[in-house]
Amino acid sequence: MTQSHRLNNIGLINRNKKISFKFNGKKLFGFEGDTLASALLANNVHLVGRSFKYHRPRGLFGAGIDEPNAKLQVVINGQSEPNINATEIELVEGISATSQNCWPSVEFDIGAINNFLKSFFPAGFYYKTFMWPKSFWYRVYEPFIRKAAGLGVGSTEKDKERYEHKYEYCDLLVTGSGPSGLASAYAAAKSGAKVILAEDKPRFGGSLLTDDVNIDNLSGKQWADKIISELKEMPNVTLKNRSQVFGYYDHNMLVMFERTGDHLEKKSKYHPRQRLWYIRSKEVILSTGSIERPIVFGNNDTPGIFLASAAKEYMKVYGVVVGKKPLIFTNNDSAYETAIEFKKNGIDPIILDTREEQDTDLINDAKNQGIKIKFSHAVAVANGYKKVKSAKIGKLNSNKTGFENIETVECDCICVSGFWTPTVHLTSQSGNKLKFNKDIDAFVPDKSKQKEITIGAANGSFTLKETIEKSFESGANVAKKLTEKEVNIQVPSVTEKKQKTHDKFWCSPLPKNENPKRFVDFQNDVSVSDIELALREGYRSIEHVKRYTTLGMATDQGRTSNLNGLQLVSNIENKIVPEVGHTTFRPPFTPVTIGTIVGREVGHHYMPTRKSPMHEWHIKNNAVFVDAGAWKRPRYYKQGNENLLEASKREAKNVRENVGICDVTTLGKIDIKGPDSAEFLNRVYTNAWMKLPVGKARYGLMLREDGMVMDDGTTTRISENHYHMTTTTAQAANVLSHLEYYLQIVWPELNVNVVSTTEQWAGAAIAGPKSRELLKKLFPDLDVSNEGLPFMGYVESSLFGVPAKIFRISFSGELAYEINVESDYGLSTWEKLMELGKELRVQPYGTEALSTLRIEMGHVAGPELDGRTIPSDVSLDGMVSKKKDFIGKRSLVKEAFIKNDRQKIVGLVPTDRKSSIPEGSHIVSDKNAKLPNPKLGHVSSSCWSVENNNPFSLAIMKDGKNMIGKKFFAVSPVHKKTIEVEVISSHYVDSKGERVRS
Amino acid sequence: MLHIKCPYCGIRSQKEFAYGGDATVKRPKLNSEVSDKEWDDFVYMRKSPRGKHTELWHHISGCRQWFKAQRDTTTHEIFETAKINEEIK
Ligand SMILES: [Zn+2]
Repeated sequence: MTQSHRLNNIGLINRNKKISFKFNGKKLFGFEGDTLASALLANNVHLVGRSFKYHRPRGLFGAGIDEPNAKLQVVINGQSEPNINATEIELVEGISATSQNCWPSVEFDIGAINNFLKSFFPAGFYYKTFMWPKSFWYRVYEPFIRKAAGLGVGSTEKDKERYEHKYEYCDLLVTGSGPSGLASAYAAAKSGAKVILAEDKPRFGGSLLTDDVNIDNLSGKQWADKIISELKEMPNVTLKNRSQVFGYYDHNMLVMFERTGDHLEKKSKYHPRQRLWYIRSKEVILSTGSIERPIVFGNNDTPGIFLASAAKEYMKVYGVVVGKKPLIFTNNDSAYETAIEFKKNGIDPIILDTREEQDTDLINDAKNQGIKIKFSHAVAVANGYKKVKSAKIGKLNSNKTGFENIETVECDCICVSGFWTPTVHLTSQSGNKLKFNKDIDAFVPDKSKQKEITIGAANGSFTLKETIEKSFESGANVAKKLTEKEVNIQVPSVTEKKQKTHDKFWCSPLPKNENPKRFVDFQNDVSVSDIELALREGYRSIEHVKRYTTLGMATDQGRTSNLNGLQLVSNIENKIVPEVGHTTFRPPFTPVTIGTIVGREVGHHYMPTRKSPMHEWHIKNNAVFVDAGAWKRPRYYKQGNENLLEASKREAKNVRENVGICDVTTLGKIDIKGPDSAEFLNRVYTNAWMKLPVGKARYGLMLREDGMVMDDGTTTRISENHYHMTTTTAQAANVLSHLEYYLQIVWPELNVNVVSTTEQWAGAAIAGPKSRELLKKLFPDLDVSNEGLPFMGYVESSLFGVPAKIFRISFSGELAYEINVESDYGLSTWEKLMELGKELRVQPYGTEALSTLRIEMGHVAGPELDGRTIPSDVSLDGMVSKKKDFIGKRSLVKEAFIKNDRQKIVGLVPTDRKSSIPEGSHIVSDKNAKLPNPKLGHVSSSCWSVENNNPFSLAIMKDGKNMIGKKFFAVSPVHKKTIEVEVISSHYVDSKGERVRS
Repeated sequence: MLHIKCPYCGIRSQKEFAYGGDATVKRPKLNSEVSDKEWDDFVYMRKSPRGKHTELWHHISGCRQWFKAQRDTTTHEIFETAKINEEIK
C-alpha cells in the first residue's frame, strides 16, 4: 500500500529511511521521524478504535497529548502494552499496533449495538441500573462491567524492560520548549544558572515548528534550532526531549518521565526503556503552552474530524495531509493558517467562520489565495459512519441559536478550532488557584504558591511578540535571583500576523428534527445530552457533574473537553463560567507506565535483604527461609520429603530431648552506655532495674505511654555503666527511636547514649537439656555449672581465641544459652557448634520450631503483643513495679484497664486432640448462632505441642482466666473450620519454669 | 516530597526522616500526681491546626537526632527548624 496522503516537499521526517509496521495485522510503511499516528494518516488510515461506552468508530483527532481517541495496544520489543497514544509513540521498525475496545474487529464491532441502544446508556447508567439486588453485584454486574468497560489488555507477563530513577537538582526547570520556554531558558542560562529544559516531544520548538512567524528574519523552526544549538553548547544546561514533566509536588519537587528506549530500533541490555526524574528545582518556569479546543457539533466524533492545529502539524512536521477535501470550521483566526497550509500543498479547503465578515492579515491572506470563506457559518452535523463523507452546514441566525438554512457539502475531513486553552495542569498541581480570563474564555494561573511562574500561552498570552519579550525578561529575572548576575540579551524582533478576537461560540445548534449525539468528552463518551441530564437530575457542583457523567475523568484529563463542559453547564445554569468553577487537576498530567514508577525496585531489589553471617550455612543445609522484616530467617531445615509441620516437630522435639541451635542474629541489639543507664532502664521498663548486678541479665517489658505492651527482651549489665539490650526482631527499629525520643526530648538531663549493635553481633541460641554439655565442649576452661553460670547469668569468654558473650537466657523454656560473637566469626562459631554437638545429637532449628517451643511454654510474642494488650492481659502483671514510675504506668489505672472481664491470655486445646486451630479464629460459644455471632476472643498463636503431641493454641479471650475448663468453638470462616476447644492455662509445658533453672 | 533542613546535617529529602507529631506536648513529670484529664490530654489529645504547626521530626536515616520544625499544614512550607533545646519563634 502506498502512502497516499504523504506530501513530497514538506515535513521534518527522514524520507531516506522507510520503516515498516503493522496495524491490525496489515503491513504498512512510514518514515523515520513519524509517529504511529502520522504514519497511519499517511496511509489514509483514520479508523483507529471504538469509543468507550457506545463503541462508536473513532479516528485520530489530535497530534500529541491532546489526542483522546487513538489509544492502541502496541507490541514494542516483544512486549504488549495497552492504551498507548498513537500520536505520542515514534515509529520504529517492526512495531505492531492493534485497536482496542472492539470485537471481533475495529471495522465490525458487536459492541456498537450500544450505539443504537444509547438511550439506555445515559449519564449515571451504572449507578442507576446496578443498584440492586445486592447479590447480583459480584456475580453478574461487576464481571459484566469489567468485561464491557476498560480499553486495552494489560500484559500478564513479567516486564523484561529496564526502568531507572534519577535524582537531579537545578536552579531552574523549564517545562516546554515552545517560544516562551526557549526564550526564558536561554536568558536564564546566559546568567550561568543551572537549567533543565524539558520537552515532551522528540523535537524541540513547540508551536514554533508549525506557526507562520518570523523572528530575526528566521522562520520559527530556524530560530528554535539556533537557540537549541546554543543551549547545547552550554555546560550549565541540560536539554531533555521526549521528557514529560507530569507531576508538581511540594517544595518544588517535580517528576519527569523520559522515554529513553522506545524510539530506538536496537538497544543494549542495560539501556533503560524509560527513566523517572525527581527534579528538585530552586525555581520553575512553566511554559506548557496551550491546547486547541474543539467546537461541539452533531456527530463531531466521526473519524476524519481533527483539531485544526493537529492538521497543520501533520502537514508541516510530518508531510501528511489528513484529507484532500477539507472543511475548516473555526471561531477564530488561527485555523486560517491550517487552511493556507492546505492551499500551499495544492488542496482547496473551505473555511466556515462563525464570526461575521472579518478583516485581518490572516483572513486577507486566505482571501488573496482564493480560499473560499463562509462567514457566519457553522457545521451542524457530520455525515459518515467510519469516515466523514459530507457535512450539513448552515448560516447561523443572528443570535446563533439556529440555522437560517442547511446545505450539505462534500468533504473528507473537518478541521475544527474553538480557540485555545492554556495548559494549566502543572500550575494547578503546584497548589495555585486558577482565575478565569474572559478575553480568552479560559482559566489562567492566579498567584504562585511555590517558587514558580507560568509564562507564554500557558498564561494566556497568545501573541508571539509579547510572549518572547516577556519570556526573555522572566528568564533573566529568575536567573538574577539565583545567580545575582545581570544579563543583557538583545530581544529578537518578531513579525507575526495580527489576529482578531475569537467568537464566543463553542457548540453548534442542532438542525430541525435531528438529534445526533454531540460529544463533549470523546475519551469517556460524554455528550451534551448527558450533561443536560445530570443537571436536570439536580447535580449542581461541577465536581458532582464530573463524577456523575465522567466528564474529564479519562486519561486525557479532559484536555479538550473541560472548558466546553463548563460552558455547557454555565449556559444551562445561566451562570458565567467562573461561577461554575473548575475541577482540580492531579498528577500524572499524562499517563505513566507502572514500570517507570517502580524503577529498579523490582524482584529482590524491591527492598534490601538482611542476611545473618550464617546464611550460607543455612542454604547448604536445606533451610527453607521466611521473611522477618527485611531479614531472611530459616523457617525449618528440610530433611528428605518432610513438610513444614513434620520438620518443625522434629526440630522442636530435639530441643526438648537433646539440644538444638538457632540463629538469633536478627534480634535487635542496642548498646546502652553512660552513668545514668540504670535510671534510664528503670524508666523505660516496667520492672525494677536499679539493683541489677554486673554480670546479670534481666527480662524486661516496655510499654507505650497508652499502657500497651510495646516490646520485651532481656537486658544485661556488661559493666558498671554499660548495658546490652535485646529487642524482638520486628520492633528493633521502633525501640531504638523510642529510646532516642526519651533521651533527646523528655529526659535530656540523663547522661546516656544508645546505639544499635544488631549487625555487630552474630547470635546463636543453644537450647535443650544437653545444652550445658555442649557449652562445656565449647568453653572447656569455663565454669558452666548451675552455680558458675546460673539462670540469667552472663560471662565473657574466649572461643578458640574469639571473644564471646555468653548469656544464660531462654526463649524455649529449656535450659538454654545464647552466644554472641563478632559478626565475622558467626559462621565459624556456628560450624564449631555443629561439629562439637554431633555426639549430643545437636540439630539446627528454625523459626517454626522456635514458635512451637515458646507457644507451648506460654511465652508471649508478636501475635499476643499486638498493640492492644496491657501487661495483665498477657499474664505479665508480675513484671509491673508498684513502687516506681515508668513509661505508660499512669495509663494502667484507667477504668477500662482495671476491669476484671478484659480479654486475657489463655491456652486452647481441641477437644478431639487432633484438629489444628487456625490462627485468627474467633472464639464463640454457639457455633450455630445467628450472625453476627458474638466474639469472645481470638486465637493468636497455634502450634503442635511436641511435649503433649497434640495441637495447642494461645488465645486472647474475654474474662479468660475464669473460662478455664470450659468448652467453646473456634471458628475460622477463612479456613472453613469450626473446632470445639477447651480452655486451659496458657502455660502448657513446665508451668513452674523449673527447666530453665536446672 | 518535602525538603527538610536537619539542624545538624542540613537540607535533606523527606525520605530520610520520620514524623514525630506535635512538638509542644509536654510529658507530665515522673512520680507526680497527674489527673485523668491531664494524662489523657498528653496521651491522646492533639490539635490539628490549619496553618503553622510546630512538630517533631526524627532524622532516622541520618544523624538520628530528633528536632523541631515549624510547618504550614496547608502549604507544607517549613518556616524554621531547630534543635530540641532551641526555641522556635
Ligand atoms: Zn541530621
